[in-house]
Amino acid sequence: MSAAPALAGVAGSGRQPGKPLLTLSGVETFYGKIQALKGIDIEVREGEIVTLIGANGAGKSTTMMTVFGAPRARRGTIIFDGRDITRLEPHQIARLQIAQSPEGRRIFPRMTVYENLQMGASINNFAHFDEDLERVFAMFPRLRERAQQRGGTLSGGEQQMLAIARALMSRPRLLMLDEPSLGLAPLVVRQIFDVIAELNRTQGLTVFLVEQNAFHALKLAHRGYVLVNGAVTMAGAGAELLARPEVRAAYLEGGH
Amino acid sequence: MASPNMRSSQGDQEPFDLAAALRDAGLAALVAAGLAFPILALRAEQDMSNQLVLQHRWSWMAIAAAIVFVGRLAILFWNARPRAEKPAQTAAPSALATTFAKFIAPAGLAFLIVFPFVSLWLSGPGGSLKWINNYGIQILIYVMLGWGLNIVVGLAGLLDLGYVAFYAVGAYSYALLSTTFGLSFWICLPLAGILAAFWGIILGFPVLRLRGDYLAIVTLAFGEIIRVVLINWTDFSNGYAGIAGIPRVTFFGVPFIDGEGGFANLFGLEFSPIHRTIFLFYLILALALLTNFVTLKLRRMPIGRAWEALREDEIACRSLGINTTNTKLTAFALGAMFGGFAGSFFAVRQGFVSPESFTFIESATILAVVVLGGMGSQIGVALAAVIMIGGTELLRELEWTKQIFGNDFDPAQYRMLIFGVAMVIMMIWKPRGIISTRTPSAFLKERKAVSGSLVQEGHG
Repeated sequence: MSAAPALAGVAGSGRQPGKPLLTLSGVETFYGKIQALKGIDIEVREGEIVTLIGANGAGKSTTMMTVFGAPRARRGTIIFDGRDITRLEPHQIARLQIAQSPEGRRIFPRMTVYENLQMGASINNFAHFDEDLERVFAMFPRLRERAQQRGGTLSGGEQQMLAIARALMSRPRLLMLDEPSLGLAPLVVRQIFDVIAELNRTQGLTVFLVEQNAFHALKLAHRGYVLVNGAVTMAGAGAELLARPEVRAAYLEGGH
Repeated sequence: MASPNMRSSQGDQEPFDLAAALRDAGLAALVAAGLAFPILALRAEQDMSNQLVLQHRWSWMAIAAAIVFVGRLAILFWNARPRAEKPAQTAAPSALATTFAKFIAPAGLAFLIVFPFVSLWLSGPGGSLKWINNYGIQILIYVMLGWGLNIVVGLAGLLDLGYVAFYAVGAYSYALLSTTFGLSFWICLPLAGILAAFWGIILGFPVLRLRGDYLAIVTLAFGEIIRVVLINWTDFSNGYAGIAGIPRVTFFGVPFIDGEGGFANLFGLEFSPIHRTIFLFYLILALALLTNFVTLKLRRMPIGRAWEALREDEIACRSLGINTTNTKLTAFALGAMFGGFAGSFFAVRQGFVSPESFTFIESATILAVVVLGGMGSQIGVALAAVIMIGGTELLRELEWTKQIFGNDFDPAQYRMLIFGVAMVIMMIWKPRGIISTRTPSAFLKERKAVSGSLVQEGHG
C-alpha cells in the first residue's frame, strides 16, 4: 500500500512549469565559523512541488531557515518573485506570502486549534478568514472536530495537519514544509502527502518540501535536489532521481 | 485518542487494609521518633556554673511520633477513600469551577466598591483606617503590579525579575516632578507611565535575543541597577535619605485639608483623614481596573494574541509573519507603564520614597503573585495578591500567638517561611497556579474553557 496511485498523476503529468518563483544562487550560510551551506543553487518554479532530500545534518533545514532569513545567508542571493529577499527580516519575508511549517510542527500548544489557525491568518489581516477556515476544515475534517481543543492535546498527526493548515491560512504563494512526515505513522504520512499533492493539483500551490523520507518525497515532487554536506550533489525530476542507483543506495535501501 | 493525563484508578476497588495501614503508620512513627531523638529528646543546657547539662524531653519525642502516626494514618485513609472515575474532570472544568469563574469577578468588584463604606460602618473612622489602608490599598497595589507584570510574564512569557525597577521609576517620577516642578498628581501620573514605558523599551532592546534564564538574569540586574543608581546618585535622588514631602493626593484639585477650601468643607462633611484614604482606595481600584481592562481588550486584539503566541513558540511566530521585536517591546513597555502608574500611586500615598522600597524582594513578591495566580489569569493573579499580601498583613495581627510562644515571638518574622511552605504546597497541588485555565480569546461557536491539566508540563 503506497501512495503511488494517488500521486502518479502529479509526478508524471509532464506539465509546463511556470516562471521561477524562488531562486537560491550560491547561498552560503554559517553558524559562527561553521559553514552549513556551501553555495547552494535551487530553483522552485510556480506550480511545482520541489523537494530537498538528504541525510541528517546535510543542511536541509538550514536551507529552509535561510530562505526565511534566520539565519541569514552570508553570501549568495535569494530571489522570490523577482525580489531580492536575502537581507529581509523573517516577518517581512512571511508577509510576501511565503508560508512555512517549521520542523517539529511548532504549533501553539496552549492555544486552541481555532486560535492557532487565527494566528496563521494574521498576516493578511483576516481578509477572507471565514472562507479560508472552511477550506482548511474541509481539507482536514479532524481539525474542525477539535477546533476548541488545545493544540497541545492533539496527536502528532493532527498537530502536523494543524501546522500545515495554519500555514495555508495566509493564502501562501509558496508553501515550505520542513519534514512533515517526522515521527508520524506511515498511514498519516500518506494522508498528509495526499493533501499536499491535492493542493498542488487543484489550486496550483507551489510547494518546497524538505524531507528525509526520500521515497515519498521524490514520488510526490516534480523535481528534487539531493543535499550532501551542505552542497547540492544531484538534481532532477523526482521519478528520475528515484531511479538513480546512488540515490537508492544512500537514501532508500533498508526500507522507507 | 488523545487522552493525556488520564488518571489511573489507583486502588479504587481494593478494600482498605487496616493492618497494613497501621504497620505503615507505625513504621513512619518509628522513623519520626528516631529523627526526633537527637533533635527534640536531647537538649543541652547550661547550668549555674556554665556547665552543659543534658536534659531529656521524652514527651516531645513522643508527641512528634504520635503526630506522624496519626497524620500518616489519615493520609492512608484519605488515599483509600472510594472515588468514582472522573474522566470528565480533565476534559472540561467542573460546573462549580465554571460558576465560580463567572461570578467571582463581578462579586469581587461589587465587594471592593462597597468595602470602604462597609468597614467604615463596621469599625468607625479609626478602626477602618487599618482595613482600608493596610488591607485594601496594599492588596490593590499588588493586584495592579501583578496584572502589569502578567502582561510581560504571563502573556508574553518573558521572565522579568526586575519589575520593581519600573515601580521605582514611576514613584521617583512623581516624587521628583512634583517636588521640583510643582506638577500635580494628575499630570504626573501619565508622565510617570510614559517614563516607565520608556525604560521598559530601554530594557527591552538589549534583551530582545534572550529567553528564559538569561533574560531573567539580565532583568534582575536591571532592577538592581536602577536601585543602586537611586542610592548613589544623591544629587538626583537624595540617595538613601529618599525624597520626603511629596505633595499628597488631591480630589481633582481639591486638597484633603481641614478648613476653608478643603474636601470636607466643600462637601459639607466633618473633616476626617479617612476621606483621603478612601479616595486613595478608589484611585488604586480604578488604576487596577484600567490595567485589567486594557489587558483583557488587548488579549483579543492581534497584539495580545501575538504575545501569547510568542510565549508559546517564538520560531513559529516569526514564520507566521509576526514581528517578534515589536511584540516583545510592546509587552515590556506596556507592563512597565502599569508598573509606573502603580509607582506614582505609591509615592502619592506614602508621601515619601526611598530606594529601600524597591529591593529585589519586591520583584520576587510580584512575580510570586503572578506565578501563584496562574500565569496569564487575571482573576488568579488578583486572588494570589489577596492571599499573599493579605496573609502578610494578617500575620501582624496574630497577637495571641505571643501568649503561646512568649513575648519575643513575632509572627510576621515567619512570613518568608510560610511563603516558602505555601509555594512548595502549591507546586505539588496546583503546579500551574490557582487558576490554571486559559480562557481562549477567540471562539468558533461557543465559549468553552479548556482545563490546564490537559496540556503536558513544559509546553507552556
